[in-house]
Amino acid sequence: MPNVINIQHISKSYEMGDQTVHALEDVSLRIDRGEYLAIMGPSGSGKSTLMNMLGCLDTPTSGLYQFNDANVSSMTDDDLARIRNKEIGFVFQTFNLLARSNTLHNVELPLIYAGIRKEERYRRALEALTHVGLEQRIHHKPNELSGGQRQRVAIARALVTKPSIILADEPTGNLDTKTGDEIMQLFGELHKEGHTIILVTHEEYIAEHAHRIIRLRDGRVEKDEVVIKQVKK
Amino acid sequence: MKRNFSSFWFEIREGIGMSFSAIRANKMRSSLTTLGIVIGIVSVTLMGTAIEGLDRAFNENITKLGADNLYVQKFAWFDNDNWWKFRNRKDIKMEQFFVVQREITSATLVTPVVGTVKTVQHKSKDLPGVFTVGTSDQFFPLNNMNVEYGRVFTEAEAFGGRPVVVLGSAVAENVFPNESPVGKNVRVGTHTYRCIGVLEKQGSFLGLFSLDNRVFVPINSFFTRFGSEWGIQIHVKAGDSKNMDETKEELRGILRKVRRVPPGIEDDFAINQQDLFIQTFNAIGLVIAGIGLFITALSLFVGAIGIMNIMFVTVKERTKEIGIRKAIGARRKTILLQFLIESSSLSLFGGILGIIISYPLSLLINQFIPTSMPIAIIVVAILISLIVGVVSGLLPAIRASKLDPVEALRYE
Ligand SMILES: Nc1ncnc2c1ncn2[C@@H]1O[C@H](COP(=O)(O)OP(=O)(O)OP(=O)(O)O)[C@@H](O)[C@H]1O
Ligand SMILES: [Mg+2]
Repeated sequence: MPNVINIQHISKSYEMGDQTVHALEDVSLRIDRGEYLAIMGPSGSGKSTLMNMLGCLDTPTSGLYQFNDANVSSMTDDDLARIRNKEIGFVFQTFNLLARSNTLHNVELPLIYAGIRKEERYRRALEALTHVGLEQRIHHKPNELSGGQRQRVAIARALVTKPSIILADEPTGNLDTKTGDEIMQLFGELHKEGHTIILVTHEEYIAEHAHRIIRLRDGRVEKDEVVIKQVKK
Repeated sequence: MKRNFSSFWFEIREGIGMSFSAIRANKMRSSLTTLGIVIGIVSVTLMGTAIEGLDRAFNENITKLGADNLYVQKFAWFDNDNWWKFRNRKDIKMEQFFVVQREITSATLVTPVVGTVKTVQHKSKDLPGVFTVGTSDQFFPLNNMNVEYGRVFTEAEAFGGRPVVVLGSAVAENVFPNESPVGKNVRVGTHTYRCIGVLEKQGSFLGLFSLDNRVFVPINSFFTRFGSEWGIQIHVKAGDSKNMDETKEELRGILRKVRRVPPGIEDDFAINQQDLFIQTFNAIGLVIAGIGLFITALSLFVGAIGIMNIMFVTVKERTKEIGIRKAIGARRKTILLQFLIESSSLSLFGGILGIIISYPLSLLINQFIPTSMPIAIIVVAILISLIVGVVSGLLPAIRASKLDPVEALRYE
């Protein structure tokens, strides 16, 4: 299987006045197509920083980043935007939907940026919304939906461009346990369908859904383990 | 390439949709922001309307003067500074008219004109303040005046001094409300004249005075009845407006000779022509345009600053949204375009509001000078507001497009 993601000796540091904060230090990582991966670690260990890097939202201070064999480190802003649009689906802790737009428009937006025709957009958005069980809510605004429903809209938006990877930064962080479980169920299904999923979380029981767990501490990879999934139903 | 173009087009539509919802969400703020644009557009449309009216009035009235007419007078038109000098010039006398009439070769019509104000009376009706003109038969064709009833006087009557009179239409209506004036006697001042004709309605000149509140008598009868000490004007028709300069030079030569103006001394008479009106009108138009443009530019400038300011606020407020859009694939120019469309929509909204406000005001102007809002000025107003929108939105939009996606997403 080819690597979707290949990062080698990546560092990210921030200058804060006269001191340098090393958010990531010498991180190397290969992620294959179809993997379900959780990133864990204490607060401030660099999980979000790594996630943003993987999602091409941010560029490393040093090191190599290859995405589907293309060198991300040397890309322009517009190239990065194109990769984010076509290859990456983001799911955020705070949902990050456009407040004034309805469900349908929120899900269609990445397709608008991809230059896809209206009918095709509608078809694919509806398909994605059906996938997350929200085909009855397409004209609702975000503030007319529950937290779980909002996160489903965000997942539909992440799915709609059929990306290579789905990145989720604490997707259940703002949800109660039951709703969080439902969302995790959904990620499980998406993984079974063949999606590559990378998840950031604090919670061990959430991380248990993944097949591989990477533990960060102070910007370094502390542990990279493959979890043997016990079959439970 | 095709993909690029279609995404550009979708992004424009997306931008328009979003800016409408943004304006709708902030109706009050949007209206206040565009106040400067509104005032600017109101002033530019009203200026256009006023100039349009002025043009119309001008075109209507200038034909009454005749493009190829020359008016020999003591006074030069539109020259108020030299009033005393003009006042003290020798009068123009009939002998001078006869010399001009005899010698001029490049003119088709020449007529003497003298005037005073008299009361016109028939039976119990009397009408004071009627402008009484003594002239010759050539006056009527020279001014494109035709009779409605009867006839005008002949050359023989004009210089023979028969007591006949041609009435302006307003005089005829007032003094002969229920009967035909032709063949009847009227009193002009203290003298009796027989009415031989009534002129067609001429309207007013620049809305200032009625051309129909006049009566016309043979020049010789004017001198015999109202006094022979009057100075006259000489009206000359060149017959061809291309020959105007030639005719004017010939006329000037004859007058200088007959009035014995020594070489090297300036004329002691003025030859006026329509051009002077055109110049004066253009000057008035220029003043209106100047004031209008000044107010317009000033308020558009204020409006542009207002929009720029509110767009900076908007970009700030919507930092998170910009982050989200970037995360799901918006490029720099996508964001740039979105905010430019938003600022242009805001400005256009102000422009359209301005046009809507101007419309009733243009009807108000129409009460003073007949006019209407020209279509061209509406198009110009829309273009101006679009341009102002783009220009004032540029800096905020650039700032938005350059936002770092990670920081924008973290913004609360
Ligand atoms: N823009 C920035 N400027 C300065 N320091 C930053 C910036 N972004 C992140 N950091 C620092 O980098 C380190 C890693 O931050 P990061 O957000 O990746 O942590 P995290 O693992 O996601 O934590 P949490 O679980 O609390 O979300 C922190 O010490 C943080 O202070
Ligand atoms: Mg984090």
